[in-house]
Amino acid sequence: MSELLIRNACVIDPINGIDGETMDIAIRDGRIVEDVNDSTAEVVDAGGALTLPGGIDSHTHICGTKVNFGRYMSPEDMRAGRTPRMGRMHATSGYSVPTTYGTSYRYSAMGYTTLLEGAMAPLEARHTHEEFLYTPLQDTLANTLFDGNWAVMEAVRDGDTKRVAAIIGWTLSAVKGFAVKLTNPGGTEAWGWGKNVSCIRDPVPYFEVTPAEMIQTIVRANELLHLPHSVHLHCNNLGTPGNYSCTIGSLGLIPDLNDRRQTLYATHVQFHAYGGSGWDDFCSRSEPIARFVNMRPQIVIDMGQVMFGKTTTMTADGPMEFNLYRLHHNKWSNHDVELETASGIIPVLYRRKNLVNSVMWAIGLELALLTENPWQCLLTTDNPNGAPFVRYPEIIGLLMSKRYRDAEFATVHPETGHRVPLPAIEREMDWHEIAVMTRSGQAKALGVLEIGKGHLGVGAEADVAIYPIRIDEVDPSVEYQKVVDAFRCTDYTIKRGRIVSRRGECLVDGNNTTVWVRPKISDSYDMVRDEEFVRKFDRYYTVRMSNYPVQEEYLRRNLWRRNLCIETEAEL
Amino acid sequence: MIVKDVVCPFCGCLCDDVEVTVEDDRVVAVDNACTLGTSKFLGDHRLPGPIRRDGNGWKDISYDEAIRYAVDMLLDAERPLLYGWSSTHGEAQCVGVHMAELVRGVIDNTTSVCHGPSILAIQEVGHPGCTLGVVKNRADLIIYWGCNPIDAHPRHLSRYTRYADGFFLENAFRDRTVIVVDVRKTETANIADEFVQIRPGGDYAVLSALRAIVRGKTDTIPRSVSGVPREQLLRIARRCKEAKFGAFYFGQGITMTRGKYKNVRNAIELVDELNRHTKFTISAMRGHYNVYGSNEVNTWMTGYPFGIDFARGIAFYNPGETTAIDVLARRECDACLIVASDPAAHFPRPCVEHLAEIPVVQIDPYANATTAFCNVQIPVAVTGIDAAGTAYRMDGVPLRIRKVIESGYPSDEEILSRMYAMIQEVRSE
Repeated sequence: MSELLIRNACVIDPINGIDGETMDIAIRDGRIVEDVNDSTAEVVDAGGALTLPGGIDSHTHICGTKVNFGRYMSPEDMRAGRTPRMGRMHATSGYSVPTTYGTSYRYSAMGYTTLLEGAMAPLEARHTHEEFLYTPLQDTLANTLFDGNWAVMEAVRDGDTKRVAAIIGWTLSAVKGFAVKLTNPGGTEAWGWGKNVSCIRDPVPYFEVTPAEMIQTIVRANELLHLPHSVHLHCNNLGTPGNYSCTIGSLGLIPDLNDRRQTLYATHVQFHAYGGSGWDDFCSRSEPIARFVNMRPQIVIDMGQVMFGKTTTMTADGPMEFNLYRLHHNKWSNHDVELETASGIIPVLYRRKNLVNSVMWAIGLELALLTENPWQCLLTTDNPNGAPFVRYPEIIGLLMSKRYRDAEFATVHPETGHRVPLPAIEREMDWHEIAVMTRSGQAKALGVLEIGKGHLGVGAEADVAIYPIRIDEVDPSVEYQKVVDAFRCTDYTIKRGRIVSRRGECLVDGNNTTVWVRPKISDSYDMVRDEEFVRKFDRYYTVRMSNYPVQEEYLRRNLWRRNLCIETEAEL
Repeated sequence: MIVKDVVCPFCGCLCDDVEVTVEDDRVVAVDNACTLGTSKFLGDHRLPGPIRRDGNGWKDISYDEAIRYAVDMLLDAERPLLYGWSSTHGEAQCVGVHMAELVRGVIDNTTSVCHGPSILAIQEVGHPGCTLGVVKNRADLIIYWGCNPIDAHPRHLSRYTRYADGFFLENAFRDRTVIVVDVRKTETANIADEFVQIRPGGDYAVLSALRAIVRGKTDTIPRSVSGVPREQLLRIARRCKEAKFGAFYFGQGITMTRGKYKNVRNAIELVDELNRHTKFTISAMRGHYNVYGSNEVNTWMTGYPFGIDFARGIAFYNPGETTAIDVLARRECDACLIVASDPAAHFPRPCVEHLAEIPVVQIDPYANATTAFCNVQIPVAVTGIDAAGTAYRMDGVPLRIRKVIESGYPSDEEILSRMYAMIQEVRSE
């Protein structure tokens, strides 16, 4: 039995309605409890510092084939962030795409304890899980790609929602995935021929389904499976002027089907909130999108904030990356995955002096500030697409301080003011809203409150972040630099009751958990018994069906790792 | 007993439909594999136990003694080299990286003498690729350039290209065009629809000519380029542009000949250019079954695919300086751990001479050319036969390699983990 007592913590715990109350937190064997033995428990004195549930990133690219290729092709990025082996910490490399240890240590220093990999191709899932094993200080979950899945598209074409659910359910269980991800649905299949779909009504070549039909059917299938998370959508037509109408069209397809959480999570919406008919009249359309989201509780979005500087873009949206390559003329990698999806990578530099980049920077902030309910707009950069995650503290500062935003705005392209509403937005977010946007909102949206994530109530997993700042002594709207500094590095990051990071130094090797789902499906919908599915699988994949599922070895390579399977009762 | 869907641990094709017949913990028959794979499964003549050089002969030693020797060698070394890694499982490679970091050594894999130049090119211009199944199902044009799969990757043609079924091809054999480009008429050229013979060293010029034609600069092309007639170049370029989906595979015929990584870069840029007209991909024909896995493991753990120097605590990468050949040729390293490869059979003479002068431990199931240069050899299980683990196919698809028999040999991972734990005891804190 191990006990830990955090004294004098200034707690914000939105799920439990605690907003800046100074209290003690008792922890036993990795969970929060009513009390512990004062005389024997290890004590941490928070000294009145801001104490939050461990941070959760609900959309980040950290592990897997495409992420690793971003490292592989970019020695210049690896050189830009190296640290030597020190104490318990291994050597790290990389700035925008750090090595797995680099990612884990830097997130931990920022108080993050749970990360959702945004895009895992099922065929290459084993790779993602291998890298999860080397991301020791965070629990990990994987969005699983279904945007170009042939069997799913055929079932959508046949209007067979239950079959769609059965295929998704089998695949998620097989590859140890957590949630359903659609990246440019239909577009990644069209990219197999070097083509794309322009929006939700374009038919996918050969399969004769539209993205709209795919989104609608898969959203219903997701609910038949009773998955913890909703469908996680990267809309069609990312990054093009005028794409906001496509985004609104996509969001408009979604009924309200779930009373515990949203029915659709739309990711990195900044990249989908563009007005104009070309780059010359490119402008922000954050307002109509935020208005739309404000009226629909069934939608949650994340920002996909852009920050100026160098980064690497990587996405399953292969055709988009090729278009981006033709704009930037930098190096380009592409990786299509048979029967499933695609992907692409290019490095980019977002410049203040560039009007389009400046408008993009403003849009992310606008989406957060114009979405009234912070539970509906979560803080992300779509790491590393908009910026590396180490920039999150600056984004928090910008959201909390109009003065900071104005100071930054004065440095961006001078035309930006005519294209964006940002300068007119007065809202300054408070500590509670930031807590929602960086952990509690994520836990609710991902559906992991039930397993004790994102809050500090009795029974919750003891994932805690203590930041070196006293909220009663700092005025974020003026002293924003103090806020930024505090969120850069915790005093303590605690993971399942163990202190894993102390002022940026990681202290243990970690005991992370892979969280995945297994919907229980009746035999009549078990795809392994479905002759047509098996026949096509054996004929068109280059991997035998028996070698496809990710084995248990990849979830528990050593004794202290935990493998957490969430079983659901599917309506199949 | 017949074990089905076994993954073959020979080449980067990682065929996973092999059937192995096992009797009394011996492989007695192999179906579906090519001759290379079959001979590996049926391979014999394992080294029975660890050996240590003793004057002009060898002395049998225990695993404990052998491991102790290897650990002492690494702890004593000022500039150790940890080399090989391409024919073992990823789990062992991971331990190797941790160990290199702890002893501040150089870790390198066989990439630096095969597709290292391909990676340098990719680091300059990227890599438009895809998994092998995408090619199988879609490609109506295949180019094999500077490689000879019939000899080196025998089932590449039947599983993924020439003879494979394809979802979008009615009659895959008839509807697919195969072009072979090489300096000599290989076995693969014999089954091609078109063979392009280049004068040795002429790859760069031919690739440049094709790029120019694809860009519409036909009038700049001379009557022949490196032995290839202008008409043929025009025809090849047209076939590429007219294809619905083209796949370009290349081998050491361009990576290890004059021009090296510049050849690969030119090929990638040709494919980039073709993507403005149709869909085209390019991929390297990786040799050892898990050489790509070694690149993957190194990359997620250190940031770099090969040639990593931990001498200063950080991971430092500079191919040509931090690669095995260079470290040996400069006579810089003072101890060498070799895992799952045979450098004495492939390295230049001065490197092998240096190996003969320094302490060397080899971890390998079989006696090979490197055995003659090592002080201790530790036999281990063969991954895919008597050890399980992860391997990455040449296209990046990871598979779990099965264990089909029990031999009693420890795996690479077990030996390396024991070494690492002992080194940690001394070096940590």
